[in-house]
Amino acid sequence: MSRIGSRLETYKRAGKTALVSFVTAGDPSVATTVPALRALVRGGVDILELGVPFSDPEAEGPTIQKSSERALANGVNLVAVLDMVRDFRQTDTNTPVLMMGYFNSLLHRGPEHLVKNAVEAGVDGVIIVNLPPEEATDIQPAFAAADLDLVFLIAPTTTEARARSIVSVAGGFIYYVALKGVTGAQHLEVETVRKEVLRVQSYTTLPVMVGFGVKDPQDARRIATYADGVVVGSALVRTMEALQSSERQIPGALEAQVRELRDAMDESDQDARE
Amino acid sequence: MSARNRKPYNAPDDGGHFGEFGGRFVAETLTHALDELTELYENLSTDEVFRQRFEHDLAHYVGRPTPLYEALRLTNEIGGARICLKREDLNHTGAHKINNAVGQALLAERMGKRRVIAETGAGQHGVATATVAARFGFDCCVYMGEEDVKRQALNVYRMKLLGAEVVPVSSGSRTLKDAMNEAMRDWVTNVDDTHYIIGSVAGPHPYPALVRDFQTVIGRETKEQSLEQLGRLPDVLIACVGGGSNAMGLFFPFVDDDGVDLVGVEAAGLGIETGRHAAPLNAGRPGVLHGSRSYVMDDEDGQIRETHSISAGLDYPGVGPEHSYWKDIGRANYVAVTDEQAVDAFRLLNRTEGIMPALESSHAVAYAAVEALRRNNDEIIVVNLSGRGDKDIQTIADMDGIQF
Repeated sequence: MSRIGSRLETYKRAGKTALVSFVTAGDPSVATTVPALRALVRGGVDILELGVPFSDPEAEGPTIQKSSERALANGVNLVAVLDMVRDFRQTDTNTPVLMMGYFNSLLHRGPEHLVKNAVEAGVDGVIIVNLPPEEATDIQPAFAAADLDLVFLIAPTTTEARARSIVSVAGGFIYYVALKGVTGAQHLEVETVRKEVLRVQSYTTLPVMVGFGVKDPQDARRIATYADGVVVGSALVRTMEALQSSERQIPGALEAQVRELRDAMDESDQDARE
Repeated sequence: MSARNRKPYNAPDDGGHFGEFGGRFVAETLTHALDELTELYENLSTDEVFRQRFEHDLAHYVGRPTPLYEALRLTNEIGGARICLKREDLNHTGAHKINNAVGQALLAERMGKRRVIAETGAGQHGVATATVAARFGFDCCVYMGEEDVKRQALNVYRMKLLGAEVVPVSSGSRTLKDAMNEAMRDWVTNVDDTHYIIGSVAGPHPYPALVRDFQTVIGRETKEQSLEQLGRLPDVLIACVGGGSNAMGLFFPFVDDDGVDLVGVEAAGLGIETGRHAAPLNAGRPGVLHGSRSYVMDDEDGQIRETHSISAGLDYPGVGPEHSYWKDIGRANYVAVTDEQAVDAFRLLNRTEGIMPALESSHAVAYAAVEALRRNNDEIIVVNLSGRGDKDIQTIADMDGIQF
C-alpha cells in the first residue's frame, strides 16, 4: 500500500479526519517552499499537495492563478518542484506528498518520464485537474506499475453512474470538489456537500477529501463531521501572498493557521467519538 | 487511394477523438454539461425542426447564401490559376462567426439556458455572440483580454451597444487564451443556467464537431456554387487558420473529394524563425490546452507560449484538434504567411477588387497569390474570405502613419 493509503487507513480506524494542505511550489519564492511544507506538517497537516504552476490554470480562482504566475516568474518548472520534494524528504519520510497541476506542464514529456522522476523524488500521488478518467487510460498503467496514486475528482455535477465508475479506477483518495466554481470561491454550502459526500462514501471504501472553498476553522470543523479529510488551499496561499515581502514570517504564520484548523477538526472528531 | 474504395471519413469517435487529438480534458465539474450538450448534438442530425429554424435564420437573419465571386482582376494581376472568393465577409456582422453563434443560440434556447458567455480576441466572435444574445433575448457576458480591449475599442463599444457585458481579463498574457480560461471559469461557476458559446473548432468535445457542423454551410454552398458557376469542383481550397473554424467550415464538405487540395494558412507573424508567430501546426507540438489535445505552442516545460500576429483573430497558441489530425494524416496542408505578406494582400485585394478583407482572411489571400503562380491558368482556387476588414483600418492606418 502507498504512503497515502496507509496513512489514511490508520486515520480511518482511529476516527481522525485528515488535514490536507495545498501551496504552490515556488511561491512567493523558491526558497520559501520547503520551510513552508515543514511548518505545515508541524502545525498538523497530514498530507501535502504541492501545486505545479501552469500558464493557463483554468480551474483556479484569482488567488491560485496569481500564485501560479509568481511561481512561473521565479522560473519554477517540474524539475524544480521535484527538487523541492527531494529536499523535503531529507527530513520527512512519513508525510505523503502529492503534486497537483495540469496536463501540459506535468505530462509534456510523457507519463513514464513523470512517474519515474516523481517516484524517485519521493512523491506519492498526482492530481491532474484537467484529466478525467476517460482520458487517463493511456497513462494509468505507468502509475499503477510504480504504485504512484493517480487521484481523481468528483464534483457536485457528477452523476451517480459516473461517480461509481470514477471510484473504480481512482487511486489514493477521492477529491470531492465542494462547489460549482473555481478554487477559493465564496459560496460553500456545507449541508449540501454533506449529503453528496455520504452518497459517495456509500459506494467506495476510498477516503473522501473535501476541498475548494474551505476557508476557516468553522468550515473545517463542520466538514470534519462527515468527510475523511479536509483540503485547504487558497486560504494558505493568501497568507503567503500577504507576507511575500517578509518571507521569514511565512512558516510561523502557516503553522499557526493550520493548527487552528487542526484543533477545530480534532474537536469535531472528539465529539463524534463521544 | 481513390474515394470509391475508401471508407467515408468518419471522425470524431464517441469520445470526441480525431485520431490522437481532441477528447475532453476538463475539470470534472464541466463533464455533466458537456455530456448534456453532446447528447443534444448527437440528436441534431435527425432533428428536422432544429434544422429548419437554423436554415431560416441563416437565410433571413445572417443573409445566406453568400456569393462565390470570381476575382478576375486579382487573377490577372497575379497571373496564374483562377481565384474565386467565398464571401463570408458579406454575412450579418461581417464574418463567418455568426453562423456558429446562431446555431449555438438555438441550442442554448433548446437547453433552457438564459445566459450565454463567450471569449473573444479581435472581437468578431464576441460581436456575433452579443448579436445573437440580443436576437434571442439572452443575458450575455463576453470575456476579452485587457490588451485586446485596448486594441479593439470599437468592437468593445459595439458589444456594449448590443447589450452585452464585456469583462476585461487581466491574467496571464491578457489576450485570447486568457479570455478563454476566464470564460471556462465562469462556466464552471454558472453551469446550471449558462451556455458557453465557443467560437472556434477548439475546446472539449463536443465543441470541435459542433462548431464544425454549424460552419459547414460555407463548404456546402461553395460546392453547389462551384458546380453551378464553374461546372466543376475547385482544385484547391485555401483558408486562414487560427482555431480553424472558417477553414473547417469550408474544407469539411470536401474531405472525401480526393481531387480537391486543402490548404490552411497560419500566422507566421514576424517570421517562424523569430519565434514570434502563431503557427502551432507549423512550429508546435501535440499538447493539451483549453479542453482538448491538439498542436500547441509551448516551451520545454510545457508552459503555453505567448504568440504574435498582426491579426488578433489568429493570435492563439492552439488550434482545432481536427486540423491537428488532418495535418498528421496528410488530408490538408498547413502553411504560414507573415504579417507583412498579409498586409500586402490586404492592400492588393482593396486595389484590384474593391474588397477589404479582414487581416485574418488576408493571410489566405496572401497564400492564394503564391499558390496561383504554381498552378495552370485553367485551375481553380477558392479562398475563404472569412471576414471584412473595417475593424482593421486603424491597424493599417497606424502603419501608414495616419491618425484620425
